[in-house]
Amino acid sequence: MTWEPSPVAVERAAFRAGRRRRSFAVAALSTLVLVAAAVLVVVTSPGWERTRDAFLDVDRGLEVLPALLEGLWLNLRVWVVTVVVSLVVGLLLAIVRTTASPVLFPLRALVAAYVDVFRGLPLLLVLLLVGFGLPSLRLPWLPGDGVYLGTLAIVLTYTAYTAEIFRAGINAVHPAQVTAARALGLTRAQTTRRVVVPQAVRNTTPALLNTVVSLQKDSGLISILGAVDAIRAAQIAVTGAYNFTPYVVAGLLFLLVSIPLTRAVDAYSERRGWGATRPAAGVAR
Amino acid sequence: MSAADAPVAGLAVDPTAVLSVRGLRVSFGDHVVLERLDLDVAEHECVVLLGASGSGKSTLLRAVDLLEEVDDGVVALRGVDVTDPRVDADTVRARLGLVFQAYNLFDHLTLLDNLTLAPRLVHRRPRAEAEADAVAMLDRVGLAGREGAYPGQLSGGQQQRAAIARALLTGPDLLLLDEVTSALDPALVGEVLDILASVRATGTTMLVATHELGFARRVADRVCFLHAGRVWESGPPSIIDDPGTPELAAYLGG
Ligand SMILES: Nc1ncnc2c1ncn2[C@@H]1O[C@H](COP(=O)(O)OP(=O)(O)OP(=O)(O)O)[C@@H](O)[C@H]1O
Ligand SMILES: [Mg+2]
Repeated sequence: MTWEPSPVAVERAAFRAGRRRRSFAVAALSTLVLVAAAVLVVVTSPGWERTRDAFLDVDRGLEVLPALLEGLWLNLRVWVVTVVVSLVVGLLLAIVRTTASPVLFPLRALVAAYVDVFRGLPLLLVLLLVGFGLPSLRLPWLPGDGVYLGTLAIVLTYTAYTAEIFRAGINAVHPAQVTAARALGLTRAQTTRRVVVPQAVRNTTPALLNTVVSLQKDSGLISILGAVDAIRAAQIAVTGAYNFTPYVVAGLLFLLVSIPLTRAVDAYSERRGWGATRPAAGVAR
Repeated sequence: MSAADAPVAGLAVDPTAVLSVRGLRVSFGDHVVLERLDLDVAEHECVVLLGASGSGKSTLLRAVDLLEEVDDGVVALRGVDVTDPRVDADTVRARLGLVFQAYNLFDHLTLLDNLTLAPRLVHRRPRAEAEADAVAMLDRVGLAGREGAYPGQLSGGQQQRAAIARALLTGPDLLLLDEVTSALDPALVGEVLDILASVRATGTTMLVATHELGFARRVADRVCFLHAGRVWESGPPSIIDDPGTPELAAYLGG
């Protein structure tokens, strides 16, 4: 089928393109003004010279980069482990918590108590309690290493978060979906696995992706327990030398991972139609 | 007759019509739903859209309400091209009333609040005045005394009548109705169609997509049959019993 846009359509498209160009120009200009003002305030500040030498020393930055990269590699490994474990366990806990079986009541109560406690405790406190409390029990099978204990603490806290997200997602599945599945002869377990959970996962993906992004940052908290991640490596490099550039470099390394990650998550959400920048379902303007 | 050899639709709209559509094209990706569609609805006229499932009735109503991006063509309300991107879509929608098949009412609001939401927010009417009008309108659609009820506490037919009342309350230039009875059981269809007939009798200009041939015969001034993306056949309700094209005959027979 051939379609020659009419003059009206061509003119409208041109107007829309012009409006887009104008918005872009306005955005670029206002950004430029803001950035210029910020730079001016910083560079003309009385302490600028000293700050630059202490925080933005390029030579020192390059010098510590290998050690920090090694630390970052540890952060990334901890991140992957905590993501996988807290998503899988969180989903299992959410399923347990939403079952109706009376046999599982003690388990449900236990899960509810666990979620209440770990959602309510600051992650930092959990890290300190796990990192220093558990080793004092002197359990022979418990590794005393800060990496393992830190990972355990993060998993404990984040599993409680993801369990709550999944539970909300499961509860949001319309009851008629369950009825329809049961009417087709699916068992309760089949209904959960094949109908409810897939819909719950789909509903909660944006919230879960946010959790994954914040896990990437919080993996840095294991440094408190002495694990030599990027932050700890920076701390070591700063000690003794009155130069804080390693912290800045560590910050840049974290951003190097988290910014592309957030962008990718946003792009994915956008494609799936959950984006914040798109108008609600089908409304053209 | 294929779309390619049809004469290019002129884009000159009818300035006296409430709604005048010329050369409308709407597509989803590669799927062209409406193509070179022309349609006029005059003041106080009730036009019924017929057409097979998927023929684009809902798409046309949504395009008129600026809920669908159009590729080409003009939708004019009283001679003003509203598809022009310079026109504020919210202002246009405030002049139109649209009722869908289902899920019209806001579940978290009472009937009274459902009805007064737009008058207060969009049309800036004082609350007392809006509520007095809403009560009168609910009375008109047979829902007197149910102001405090939530949508979940009403039958499907009552919900649709409330949705129609809500759409009428702001005195729209044109009322768009999209298969407002198709989610209802036969007993409830009658009560909603009766309300529409009484609305029609007050002179409200209406464009109605429906599969209810009885309603079309009884209430329509004109019937438009959508096929292949455009108005394939149009005429008085009598064409339902005496179709002029084999396509309309096939739709009615099937
Ligand atoms: N958002 C969308 N994305 C892609 N295709 C769509 C979309 N909305 C509608 N369509 C397609 O456009 C065509 C027309 O749909 P429309 O809903 O307008 O039909 P209809 O005439 O109202 O049918 P029915 O009588 O069943 O309500 C269909 O083929 C449909 O698949
Ligand atoms: Mg439809």
